[in-house]
Parts: sequence; C-alpha cells; structure tokens
Amino acid sequence: MFNYFLKRLLQSILVMLIVGFVSFSLFNFVGDPVNNMVGQEASEETREEIREKLGLNDPVYTQFFKFVVNASNGEFGLSYELRRPVSLLISERLPATLELVLVSALIAIFFGVLFGVYTAINRDGFVSNLILITSLFGVSLPTFVIGILFIYLFSVILGILPSFGRGEVVNFGFWSTGFLTISGIKALILPSITLSLFQMTYIIRLVRAEMIEILQTDYIKFARARGINNKVINNRHALKNGLIPVITITGINIGTLIAFSIITETVFQWPGMGLLFINAVQFVDVPIMSAYLIMVAFLFVMINFIVDIAYYFIDPRIRLKEEEVIK
Amino acid sequence: MKLLTKLIATMLFVTMFSPLYAATIKWSMPGDSLTLDPHAQNEGPTHMVSRQIYEGLVTRAIDMSIQPQLSTSWKTTDPETWVFNLRKDVKFQDGSLLKASDVEFSINRALTGTSDVKELINSITSVKALDNLTIEIKTKGPNPILLNQLVQIFIMSESWSKKNGCETAQDYNASQETFCSINAMGTGPFKITLREQNTRTVFERNENWWGNQSQHNIDKIELLPIKNDATRVAALLSGDIDFTNFTPAQDINRIKNSSMHKVVSAAQSRTIFFGMDQGVDELRSSNIKGKNPFKDKNVRLAFYHALDMNAIKAKIMRGLSEPAGMITFPGVQGYTKQLDKRLSFDPKLSKKLLADAGYPKGFEITLDCPNNRYINDEAICVAAVGMLAKVGIKVNLDSQPKSIHFKDLKGGLSDFYMLGWGVPTFDSHYVYSFLLKSDGSWNKSGFKNKKVDELVGTMLTETNLDKRNANIAEAWSIVQDNMPYLPLHHQVISWGTKSNVNIPIRTNNEPLFRFAKVN
Repeated sequence: MFNYFLKRLLQSILVMLIVGFVSFSLFNFVGDPVNNMVGQEASEETREEIREKLGLNDPVYTQFFKFVVNASNGEFGLSYELRRPVSLLISERLPATLELVLVSALIAIFFGVLFGVYTAINRDGFVSNLILITSLFGVSLPTFVIGILFIYLFSVILGILPSFGRGEVVNFGFWSTGFLTISGIKALILPSITLSLFQMTYIIRLVRAEMIEILQTDYIKFARARGINNKVINNRHALKNGLIPVITITGINIGTLIAFSIITETVFQWPGMGLLFINAVQFVDVPIMSAYLIMVAFLFVMINFIVDIAYYFIDPRIRLKEEEVIK
Repeated sequence: MKLLTKLIATMLFVTMFSPLYAATIKWSMPGDSLTLDPHAQNEGPTHMVSRQIYEGLVTRAIDMSIQPQLSTSWKTTDPETWVFNLRKDVKFQDGSLLKASDVEFSINRALTGTSDVKELINSITSVKALDNLTIEIKTKGPNPILLNQLVQIFIMSESWSKKNGCETAQDYNASQETFCSINAMGTGPFKITLREQNTRTVFERNENWWGNQSQHNIDKIELLPIKNDATRVAALLSGDIDFTNFTPAQDINRIKNSSMHKVVSAAQSRTIFFGMDQGVDELRSSNIKGKNPFKDKNVRLAFYHALDMNAIKAKIMRGLSEPAGMITFPGVQGYTKQLDKRLSFDPKLSKKLLADAGYPKGFEITLDCPNNRYINDEAICVAAVGMLAKVGIKVNLDSQPKSIHFKDLKGGLSDFYMLGWGVPTFDSHYVYSFLLKSDGSWNKSGFKNKKVDELVGTMLTETNLDKRNANIAEAWSIVQDNMPYLPLHHQVISWGTKSNVNIPIRTNNEPLFRFAKVN
C-alpha cells in the first residue's frame, strides 16, 4: 500500500518537473519581454540592465532551478507587466474562474444527465433527435463562435443580458463572489452556458450510451418481468449504474473546464485566470505564464493521483498485484 | 442573520442608487494602464489613464498644440536655462497646494534610475525651485524641444510620495508593488476612486480642480477593458459601454448603422513603413549572394513603385488609412504635404528599375511582419507580397507576434521588415534620432549619411527656429532622395461612441475627458 502510494507520488513529481521544464524552455521562443517593458526610446544599455536584473541572461537550467526552488515555496515572482506578485494576482483571479467553472459543471451535469436519460429512453422521438442534433453544434462549433453568437443575440439584439464582465461582486475576505448580486448572476449566465456546452454534449452522449447498454442487460429485463414500473427501473436501477463512468469522466473534465475557460473568459472579458494567462502570453509575462501552466499541470496531476489512489481501493486486482510484488 | 441583512442592504444599495449617477462615461479599450505610477511606464494606455489624474507643466490641447498647464508662462534666460512660472492656487486632490518644490521633486523622480521616462528628458541637467512658484530647468546644451518633452512628465506631490514610500519610480524587479502604482493623487480634473486593474477603474470628478469645469459635464468615468474586438463592439452596441477609442476597422460600418451610435475618425500620429537593410554586404534571406540589392537605390524605388497603397486603403483598411510619401505624419515639425506625396504606382517602371539594377528576373527575399501590433499589419504584408510578386520579386512572408518580431528586429536579424513609428514630441528630431541617425537605436535599415547625422545634431541644439526648420527640411530632402524606408500609410483611428456622447478625437488616440460632454 505504502509502496504503491510512494510510487504514484514520485511519478507525479516527475511529471510536474517535466511539464515545468518543457514550458520553461518554450518561453525562450515567445519573444523578448524586455521589449514590452520599456518604451521605444529606451537605450540598449537600459534594456541590457533590465535583462540582467531579471536574470534573463542566465542559462535556461539556472533559470529553471531558481524557478523550481521558488515555486516549491509558493513564490512565483513579480509579473513583468502588472508589477505585482503573481501569487496575489492568481488568488485574485481564482474566485472568478472557479465560480464560472462550478456553474458550468452543474449546468453540464444536470442537463447532460437529464437529456442523456431522456434520449436513451425515448430513442426515436422527435425531441430526442432534436436534442441530439442540437448537441452536435455544441461539439462542432468553436467556443468563441458560440460565445459571440450568444452575445449578439442576448445582449445586442434582445438586450437582456450583459455582454461582458462579471457584474457587481461582493467581497468576503479574499473571495469575491458574483452569486449575491443580480448583475453578478446575470453576468454568469452566458459565459457559463458557453463553457458548459461542450461538456454537456459529452455527458449527454455518454449517459445515453451507458443507459442504452444497461437497459438491455438481464437484470433490467428481470426487473421488468417482476413488474416494477418503468420509472423506478430507469431512475433507480439503470441510471445509478450508468452514472459510474460519468462521475469518473466528469471529475477529470472539471480540470479541463478550468484549463479551457481561457477562450470563454477572453470572449466575455471574464476577469479570471484564463484572461490573465492570455494577456501574459501576449506580453511575454513569463512569471504568470509559468505559474499558470504549473498550476494547471498540478491540477491534472492531482486529479490523476487521486484517481489512481481511488482505483487502488476500488479495484482489488491492483491491490492484489501490489501485494504479490511485495511478497 | 446579521450578515444576510448586510448583504441584502448592499444589494439594494447597489441596485437602487447606481442609476442616480448623472453623467457617467463607460470607456473601454483592449488593455489597461500598466501602473498608476506616472513615471514607471512610457506606454500609450498608461499615459491615457494618468493624463486624467495628473498634469504636466505644459500639455497638448485637442489639436496637439502645446499649451500651458501647471505653468502659466516660461522664458529662457540663456540658451540652456528655462524658467517656468507656476499657476497660483493649484491644489492636489488631497487639498495641499502645488509648490515649485513638487515640480522639482517630480522632474528629478522622472530622471532617476528606475524611471521609464528618463530617456525622454535626458537633456535636463538640473531642476531648482527658485521660490514657491518659480522653477528653473537647466539643459545640457540648448534644447529647442524641451517643451515637447515635458508634455509627458507628470507632476506628483512630494509630501504624498514621500509619505507613502515612493520617492522613486516603481522598479522592474522590486519585490512588492508600491503605493503609488495602485493609487494616484494628482492635480488633474479626475481622481481615481476604485482601481481593479484590467477589470474596472472608476474616476470621479475632482471638484477642486483649478481648470474650467464647465468644459465638461462628466461626473464619473468607468474604464472597463475588453480585450476581444467583437465583444467590445457588442458591448458598445448593447449599451454596456459608451465609448471606445479602439474601434476595429471591420466593425465601423456596423456601429455607424446603429441609430444610437456614431464613429469619428482622424489620422493617427503613427506612420507604417517597410525597412530595407542596406547596411549589410549580403542579405540573409535572399538568393542573391555576394552583394546586397538594397544598396542600389533603383531596387528600393522598384519596391516603392510596385506597392499600390490606394488598393490597400480600399481593400484592407476599409478606407481608413492615408497613403504616405514620407515616414512621418501631419503635425510633426518638418512634415510637408509636398514630401508626403506618394510616387506613382507603376509596376512597369518598377520592372524597368529592377532590370537597370541588374535583376531583370527579380530576386527572393523574406519580409518580417508583426501580426498583432499595427492595424491589419499582417494583411498589409500579405497584400504587399502579392504586389511585389507581380514585378518579379518573390517575397517569403514571416509574420510573428510583436514580442518576437521586435526581438528579431532589435537583434539585427531582418532584411526587410515592417515598422510603425509614432512621434510623441511631434518633432522630426524624434524620427531622426531613432530611425535615420547612423547609430539610431531603431535604425535597422543601415542608412548612414554624414550630412544627416550632422543635421540631427543641430536639430537638438539650434534654438533659432527658422534655422532649425531649414535644417530639418534639408535632412528630409536628403532622406527622400535616398528612400531608405518605403513609406506605406498613416494610420487612421476611429472612436465609437453613443450618439449623445461627445469626446473630441485626438490624433494620439488619447481621450481628454475634461472636454467630454454627455447630452
């Protein structure tokens, strides 16, 4: 048990280091941050001085080493563009992204499961086909097109929802929330639907496939033969079993939602981490970029780590194999 | 329970009282000011924000002419000494009086190590407060464009800065942000009451401002940056914002077609051109080895005659550009209409010039182009590639984000490149010292001319304006005769607003809300 745990942990750390190093070496190709930091009048000497101060003249491995040491202490340095501590910037932006992701995930799961079950039960109904066809748009249209379409429809033409931003927020210590004001909730609607569409489509199809498969199994047939009514069969016997893979996938996909909120945040000028990252890329703001990439990598590594550990407890085969090795 | 009551009260307050604000302008641009420290960043949007709060000794009016601001008059007592008389009874936003010592402090602050504007005013050798309302500035040699440079130097309060620990401009690698980078306290018409960088900045009218309050009726400005062009336009059309000074060219007609909105356009103070490296002995990206075709003036002219800037104006810029014949724009000292007249678009002549130069079949070269710096930069380059192909020059286009483009350019890696140049001082010297002097830091064309270098020197020291203007004119005639750069066009900027909002457009794209009216 301990061995297995340690092995996974070491693997996770290795993955983090590799991700860190790869992203770090990529920064050498995104351009020269100093050029963005000084005016066009700045002399070569000034530029060189700043480069020296920022440690940009050091070899990549020295820079990387410094970065790892600082990052393991939660210290990501000062943003080149905003001149503020990166850890502070990220913690300011985190609530916006997490609230958006939370609402999107809830929308995706609720409607995904609802429509998935409906289309599995009424397989050839008109509404089912309509849902399935519409859901195709969810996967095939790029997020920014959907976002812009939503903005034009609901803000420009109908004028009922705001076109950008987060509305009024209420602060509780470090956490700023948009859930408590009307404008905050209104501002959440379009971006969260936009962000949820892809996941929703995914869940609809997954639930539908699982349900169809389960509805053909023997125990469902047996339940029918016992005369249990359809509602109970569908909701209790079939759906419960069908949800297991959905939960696994959704868990991992929440990480994806956070990572992919970049596009939605850019379209809706949502003041979250994705927007911070996009700005950082254009400015070659290396401290923000590296902190963000490390954070996303950390998120995925953690999720995978937890999943691995969970498997250990759920799947006896892994456990037995490990024990054999020890013996 | 208490918390809940508080929350409900806050919500009610927010929803009930926000419409009561009278004239509010919601202003949007793609980015935000980088810092509120007025000396820490020499950058457009940063100055746009600082300009509403801080003021200089002198300033530029709507038409870009130099006007008194915190000083009322000035004179030179000898060619190297300027004396400014300060305006009486000017109050900072904290109620303290403006004194000459504040000016001395601010200019010294702008001149010190961590300031980003120090290169603008590096001819200043000393600043001294003679009494409470008189300030003396000494320069290294005579400086005829000192006023043009002082326009960008904002005056801060000495006591406020010292009290809050920001005697010097914010540093690049300081471990903490400074008080002055997130707070602002000037003498200007507006004060900042809320600052959430990149999200929302609120300015409110400064009731104690010394200037003419009746020139504007703005109580509140909200700056709401929106990065995405389409979203910004949608926000304007849906009424979420009132004004943007960054209106994307492709959406101008859509905004014009809205009955609630209008668009005003003006020539911007920026000229776009191509540079050609005539300095190296062999081009890096060309198939011509052993010599550099750009050294031949005929080749440079052949490129010039091959470019149809009117077509680019019509097809790519949607009418929003002014084809240019020189690399600086109207308003700059030294600009003339005569010089700005483009040579003809003439592919036949272009082919003939290439043949005369010994390249009847043309040659191959790489054009380096930014793709996120100037209006439609990449599209212009793509069009130019097609036009040059028609006269036999095979151009390989390499378009990259600005951070890489300028890095390569600075590193001297480019044969043929796009560059744009704005002139904050509105004086030709700025163009010459960077782009045309032999050792100019942005002179990547390899253009070297002794006479021009000499004239650039005199531009900086000649105080007799007539003589100086003659020098500038002579320098331009040499440059136009050599054509080291290929002028393309002057950019045109557009401001989109709601119909009832009037903000006078300015060629440097900087709005002055002290002249704004909402009807």
